Amino acid sequence: MDSKTGKKIVHDHNADGIDRRGFLECMAWAGTGALCVMQGGVLKSFSMGRIGELDAKRIAGELSFVQISDSHMGFNKPANPDVARTLKAAVDKINGLATPPEFLLHTGDISHLSKPEEFDTVDQILKGASAKDVFFVPGEHDVLNDEGKQYLDRYGKGTKGAGWYSFDQKGVHFIGLVNVLNLKAGGLGTLGHEQLEWMEDDVKRLKSSTPIVVFAHIPLWSVYPEWGWGTEDSAQALAYLKKFGSVTVLNGHIHQTMQKVEGSVTFHTAMSTAFPQPQPGSAPSPGPMKVPDDQLRKVLGITDVNYTRGQHALAVIDSTLG
Amino acid sequence: MCISWFRTAPLVALILLSAGSRNVTANAQQGAPASAEVKIDNFSFSPATLTVPVGTTVTWTNRDDIPHTVVSTDDPKAFKSKVLDTDEGFSFTFSKAGTYPYFCSVHPKMTGTVVVK
Repeated sequence: MDSKTGKKIVHDHNADGIDRRGFLECMAWAGTGALCVMQGGVLKSFSMGRIGELDAKRIAGELSFVQISDSHMGFNKPANPDVARTLKAAVDKINGLATPPEFLLHTGDISHLSKPEEFDTVDQILKGASAKDVFFVPGEHDVLNDEGKQYLDRYGKGTKGAGWYSFDQKGVHFIGLVNVLNLKAGGLGTLGHEQLEWMEDDVKRLKSSTPIVVFAHIPLWSVYPEWGWGTEDSAQALAYLKKFGSVTVLNGHIHQTMQKVEGSVTFHTAMSTAFPQPQPGSAPSPGPMKVPDDQLRKVLGITDVNYTRGQHALAVIDSTLG
Repeated sequence: MCISWFRTAPLVALILLSAGSRNVTANAQQGAPASAEVKIDNFSFSPATLTVPVGTTVTWTNRDDIPHTVVSTDDPKAFKSKVLDTDEGFSFTFSKAGTYPYFCSVHPKMTGTVVVK
């Protein structure tokens, strides 16, 4: 979890045997604005004042990309009356990274109400990013009223089904999943049989040493089912990934960073570029959280991900916008 | 059966609900039309279970900062709203007795029931 004063949190889980207590201590540190790096099996934490001791090149590797999420273009309520401005700030942040990312992942809720002009605005702002390629998956706000037809028309070229797909970059296999359609009353996010079958087939041909990055809007782990923060059939998807030594799962939807490590799988959720949401169970509902104006950019942000060949896990770095 | 959407300020919405609901139900039932309201707030329907007589027009109004929908879980669906932004509403007139479960198709944890007697 990012703190109100935090700038960066690094999650780098290359240790095969993570010291759970050490990890939890690090998470506690993170809550007060620390930076954690797992290197060579040793957990290192740095207070924010010593952040300069971390050499950016040590974190960077062969592949660097940035995840952004939940831009909610069109939202104009008190929690953030100008979401275009904060998305532009996110693009500025991306353009200022020491290691320029090769591409962007957008993990959904591009728009707030699925209006064409909302998608247009996001596309226009993202054109200002140094990385020109953007890979999308839809959030539930992108498929309102038309079961995702407009989303597919705009972003679905070369995808399967409701917009799922995979691609390879520098030896890393990326899988974009759709878990925001055909939701059942009382249920959570859903991948569905057809998508799961596709995924099983998609990863069959890959060597177990291939690093995998899975990205989808709603968390693929049970963050807080009471608020719908989970995916019904994610266990089946993860079962197909058991043979792989490095799996990184990147999600959005909950507008805050959260992370869990389970064996070789690192789960991570990104901040929104639009507005924060409360910590699980800390408010009557997961609705937009109003923070003082001068605090807003401290709870919005981007996620920078770096892969170095030979290391098991990818380094995941969250940066706030202010 | 009659379905309508509206978008209005909260105060105007109240006036519509108390005085203007005749317009919504005028063609549906003879006699004094009945109306009832379900509020959408904090990601929940309130009341979660609403019991009304046959012929009642139920109006859902979204008071959240996040859009919601009102969708019947029956197959085929008895009713289905478009997405409702803040302060937008959806009305449906229940002309047959029965139990009508529904949910928000955007946030499926949100469920409710209308019982028509």
